[in-house]
Amino acid sequence: MAIIFNGVSHVYGEGSPFKRVAINNINLHIKKGEFIGIIGHTGSGKSTLIQHFNGLLKPTEGEVIILGKNLNDKELSLKEIRQKVGLVFQYPEHQLFETTIFKDVAFGPENMGLSKEEVDKRVREALEMVGIGEDMYDKSPFDLSGGQKRRVAIAGVLAMKPEILILDEPTAGLDPRGRDEILGQIQKLHKSLGITVILVSHSMEDIAKLVDRIIVMYKGRIALDGSPAKVFKNDKELEKMGLAAPQIMYIMKALRKKGLEVPVDVLTVEEGAKAIAALLKSQK
Amino acid sequence: MIRDITIGQYFPAESWIHKLDPRVKIMSTLIFIIALFVANRYIGYLFTFIFMATVIYLSKVPVKYMLKGIKAILVIIILTVALNIFMTPGEKVLWSYKSINITAEGLYIAGIMALRLIFLIIGSSVLTLTTSPIQLTDGLEKLLNPFKKIGIPAHEIAMMMTIALRFIPILLEETDKIMKAQMARGADFESGGIIKRAKSLIPLLVPLFISAFRRADELAMAMEARCYRGGENRTRMKQLKIKKQDYVAMVSIGLFMGIMIVSRFI
Amino acid sequence: MKEIVKSRGLIYEYYTHNERGEIEATNRALDRLDLDIKQGEFVVILGHNGSGKSTLAKHMNAILHPTGGTLLIKGMDTKDEENLWDIRQTAGMVFQNPDNQIIAAIVEEDVAFGPENLGVEPGEIRKRVDEAVAAVQMTEYMTHSPNLLSGGQKQRIAIAGVLAMKPECIILDEPTAMLDPLGRKEVLETVYKLNKEENITIIHITHYMEEAINADRVIVMDHGQIVMDGKPKEVFSQVDKLKSLGLDVPPATELAYYMQKEGIDISTEIISIEEMVDKIWQLYLTE
Repeated sequence: MAIIFNGVSHVYGEGSPFKRVAINNINLHIKKGEFIGIIGHTGSGKSTLIQHFNGLLKPTEGEVIILGKNLNDKELSLKEIRQKVGLVFQYPEHQLFETTIFKDVAFGPENMGLSKEEVDKRVREALEMVGIGEDMYDKSPFDLSGGQKRRVAIAGVLAMKPEILILDEPTAGLDPRGRDEILGQIQKLHKSLGITVILVSHSMEDIAKLVDRIIVMYKGRIALDGSPAKVFKNDKELEKMGLAAPQIMYIMKALRKKGLEVPVDVLTVEEGAKAIAALLKSQK
Repeated sequence: MIRDITIGQYFPAESWIHKLDPRVKIMSTLIFIIALFVANRYIGYLFTFIFMATVIYLSKVPVKYMLKGIKAILVIIILTVALNIFMTPGEKVLWSYKSINITAEGLYIAGIMALRLIFLIIGSSVLTLTTSPIQLTDGLEKLLNPFKKIGIPAHEIAMMMTIALRFIPILLEETDKIMKAQMARGADFESGGIIKRAKSLIPLLVPLFISAFRRADELAMAMEARCYRGGENRTRMKQLKIKKQDYVAMVSIGLFMGIMIVSRFI
Repeated sequence: MKEIVKSRGLIYEYYTHNERGEIEATNRALDRLDLDIKQGEFVVILGHNGSGKSTLAKHMNAILHPTGGTLLIKGMDTKDEENLWDIRQTAGMVFQNPDNQIIAAIVEEDVAFGPENLGVEPGEIRKRVDEAVAAVQMTEYMTHSPNLLSGGQKQRIAIAGVLAMKPECIILDEPTAMLDPLGRKEVLETVYKLNKEENITIIHITHYMEEAINADRVIVMDHGQIVMDGKPKEVFSQVDKLKSLGLDVPPATELAYYMQKEGIDISTEIISIEEMVDKIWQLYLTE
């Protein structure tokens, strides 16, 4: 198991008038190598949840076990957990600070106390994974375009070779091309390295296309948990939570209502087109 | 966490003091502070106590909020008292050890200093607790207006205060965010000696400064887009108006000042 | 109908400097751009990052000035310093980051900022602020601090701040890019309402093509030029061209596009889900 939550709650400002329960009695098992999508509207507890994954927050109740280590354990090295669990925040390009791209990406591995050769190797690997070429290494990260900056920031986390990678809305504010590039690279990473990936996103289309399992957060609890096809079937329930199913599912459902024998658990437009085309052709 | 820091604490309530014009409140506070230093006998501070008790009662702000401010400067009060007790020369020596003498005069003056400080803090707390930051800014701008001729940029000072009030919470939140993001990359802000700690702040401060400059840049553009061109020809939606109760307040503070002057000779 | 925006051969160049401060390269952000926008139109401008759409928006508010060509806002030349404040009052602007355009620490004070700058009478400002805040449906937050509002609510306050200046045109430069789906919906509903009810010309810049479906007109920019211009249906039906420009198409259009590839005879001039369902139903019945 990569991540285990047993009855985890997190309360902010306990004992003050500003007390707020951010997550409430969460039970969760995430297996190694899973690709998970987390959805939920703003304030549903998503960001509190993911900050428990690498020990930035500790549960105020219950226990969190990350890669076999219990966060409540007093002897626990938080530094070690944070090396194994890479967390890429929203707008990660806002954390860049070094004078060159290479140095910035090296910040994480250097904090791990690795040898110079190892740091060097890891930085090169990480930058290659996000498609930043050697000719760029000595450039200032602040001279890059928005999409490039973000890729450098992600490389900064990848260079620590995490076993679990968490990305909080990695495509926010990017144009469609930038978005497709980042998502493509994340998918490739998951396939080639076999690491556990947890993706937080507002785009149902992106989530449907990529992940094996979706966790829906609502009012600090897990409202739904399962495969995309299973979760998105509950479109009415999702709408009540301020979310939705991918658009293509609405088209398929409407067709089904009219009596067309099309599958409704279609996740991508391409699949939908194939299914409808097949049905229309079989009519002939 | 870092977010809990509150700047310019304001206690919202519907009271007679809250409704006073901010200019009257700022000026009254100034006069009150001067009066504290005019009085030099305990009888004066008895009047001050009665005056303050009435004001606090009228303001509907719980007394414990007033006392909070004193807790913050307790060390300074103790230090002042100690210095006055030990350093004041006098004729009636009550206790002496080597070259240190405690005199009756010393005790008398130490007591007065302590009372001055305590009333000073309570007096200025009444101002900030009953006046919203925006009102304070407006009042200050209006009061400084006559000094524009001698080069005091009244409007600019007020505008800076307004923007600071708006952006301090945002920047605090941002600090928190960047700190967490760098901690996720293995940054350590807590251990090590002074030099190591100072160095460890670079990954926090550089992004924070860049962000602050970016915000400033965007804000300047947004202000220009909304036709901002400095204080000239600018009108204000909320006009400050001196009402009947403001005159009452002005007369009261004048009377108080008079009593404090008289108290020197009783 | 009169034109509110009229540009002829609009060029904007900026320079990158090398370490010695010499000009290294000249970049053309806008390249001989001709554009007419009529009063009351709802125009959506699409284009990938760096296509010049933001630069164009800043010209319409006279934040940037043309290197070549002309841009007229309601007949006023943006190159002329004298027109500056009239242009900014006529064509208001809403920016991407909701936090970096709200000036005051109280909602009503922020909305009053624009009219105060214009020197409007205090009583009239109060009236305008009340109306503007009501128009974006934020009256209950009148005396709140903007820090406690959601992104969508903050953007609506920013829109109210522009509305209080009584503009004829509002330019929104990616106002939804930093918002969640709910916030995006709020902002979009607000601008569509202002267009319909107050007849304010809207120029809405975005990455999200679904925000363009109900527009009067869609303009696609690339390399500082207008490469597509027409009704949403006309533009979105050209799926291959949009994809090559790095843009998306609405899901219904995309479905029609893939069905075509499967050999089904269906037009890509479909942008809404309802239309698509009807179309497939017809095909099903005629087969």
